[in-house]
Amino acid sequence: MKHKKLKNIFIGLVLFFLYLPIIVLVVYSFNTSKMNIVFEGFTFDWYKNLFNNRDLIEAFINTLIIAVTSTVVSTIIGTLGAVGLNKYDFKFKSFINLLIYIPIVIPEIVLGISLLSIYTLTKIELGMFTLILSHIAFSIPFVIVSVRSTLSSTLKTYEEAAKDLGANSMNTFFKVTLPQMMPGVISGAILAFTLSLDDVVISYFTSGPGSNTLPLKIYSMIKTGISPDVNALSTLMLLATMIILTTSAIIQSRKIVGGTK
Amino acid sequence: MKKGDRFFKFITLSPIVIYTSLLILLPLIYIFFLSFCKNDSYGGIIYDFTLSNYIAIFDITYLNIFVKSSLIAFIATFICICISYPFALILRERSENLQNLMTKLIMIPFLTNSLIRTYGWIVLLRKNGIVNSILITSGLIENPLSLMYNNLGIIIGMSYTLLPFMVLPVCSSVFKIDNTLIEAARDLGAKPWAIFKKIIIPETISGVFNGSLMVFIPAIGYFFISDILGGGKAMIIGNLIKNQFLTARNWPFGSAISIFLIIITFFLVWIYRKLGGKLDDLGGM
Repeated sequence: MKHKKLKNIFIGLVLFFLYLPIIVLVVYSFNTSKMNIVFEGFTFDWYKNLFNNRDLIEAFINTLIIAVTSTVVSTIIGTLGAVGLNKYDFKFKSFINLLIYIPIVIPEIVLGISLLSIYTLTKIELGMFTLILSHIAFSIPFVIVSVRSTLSSTLKTYEEAAKDLGANSMNTFFKVTLPQMMPGVISGAILAFTLSLDDVVISYFTSGPGSNTLPLKIYSMIKTGISPDVNALSTLMLLATMIILTTSAIIQSRKIVGGTK
Repeated sequence: MKKGDRFFKFITLSPIVIYTSLLILLPLIYIFFLSFCKNDSYGGIIYDFTLSNYIAIFDITYLNIFVKSSLIAFIATFICICISYPFALILRERSENLQNLMTKLIMIPFLTNSLIRTYGWIVLLRKNGIVNSILITSGLIENPLSLMYNNLGIIIGMSYTLLPFMVLPVCSSVFKIDNTLIEAARDLGAKPWAIFKKIIIPETISGVFNGSLMVFIPAIGYFFISDILGGGKAMIIGNLIKNQFLTARNWPFGSAISIFLIIITFFLVWIYRKLGGKLDDLGGM
């Protein structure tokens, strides 16, 4: 191909654009200068600062609690729901099916303000509980879509075979359906977890005093004044993401190798 | 239906029915109701029917924000298409391993906090930031360019943050094109442009529209990006709704704008389905 070089340059530029802000943050997290313009010298000071920042650590713990709880609950409800909606017919099924897509398509801010309104109406105090509830609300649809993609027609044949051989619904679910769905359940859970960790918009409306999350904390830090603490924090979070991704990639490749043996 | 089966039906369906009715349907019905209510000057809600909130949307100040915000979202969507489409077409000719590696490489920045990535752009774009410093030291410009705290900053931030939502559906639709179709067309003497127009575009249109939906809709609502990169003056619809709920405390008007956005969203989704798109593909990341 005559344009091969140009094409490679284009791909390279796209990746450069994607990674540019991240590289900048990592480099400047080790910079002695507070102003982020010139690289003056190497330091770990911002990392030390970070661990003395109580607010930030508390926000981080809150974020983890919310992400773990909402992921567990939304994965369970979403998986069960995907199975039920796939298997049974009932009166408002098509309506429920449409409602599920609403959190995926409407702007997040609309879901955020509508949840805030309903919490105010029912006098539920804003805080950790409303945050978890709201994160469950926007995660479930993604879990359902993810699980549904693994519910193929062959699965139905297997289920019927299991029933013909005398298995009851519960047994069929745990022995036949669930193992087949597992990849969808896992990717749905990972999606729910990352969405929850990163959520700004819905948390902004549904958090109360004393229930800061990490994204909200970072948001206020960026607005009040830029401190290299944020750079250090970003670098650590990036590192954590990389570790999780590589581990999951290694596990996956091992499974593939094991499967071909 | 056997007893055990009925129990299983109850267990699988009741959580999802309760969830959709309490956390999706009820809140939306409530803001629909609020959008027809009046507002007192202390931020309270008067339960009295009025259409004034919807009429107020057509006030010139708000119409300006609507037009500007849609324009910013449209440009961001267009930039994302201009990056994703060639990217997918180039990768289509490469090995499957490279395609998988590239999709992973695109996902990694997406998995780090979006605020943190937006913050990275401040370091790059501000007056004494990296881009301006490089341009000035290299002698290309004398005075720093205003790259942020304006609409340009918002457009850069939106395109950057939402790019993965375009790349993934576009790649999956482009990679799915049947090679034999293109080879057949080539054997029959079709020119590259004809192949592009008659095969590649029709085969990928729903993927592109899927990506456009997932970029355009958040781009009118992501108030934090316009707050950070647009400065105080620049407002998109997201900022307008946020202000009505938290600063001006005019919930009925904020609700009316939200209902208006929902209607626009439903209309866009309706077009997407007319183009042959599936709803399940929208959440598939």
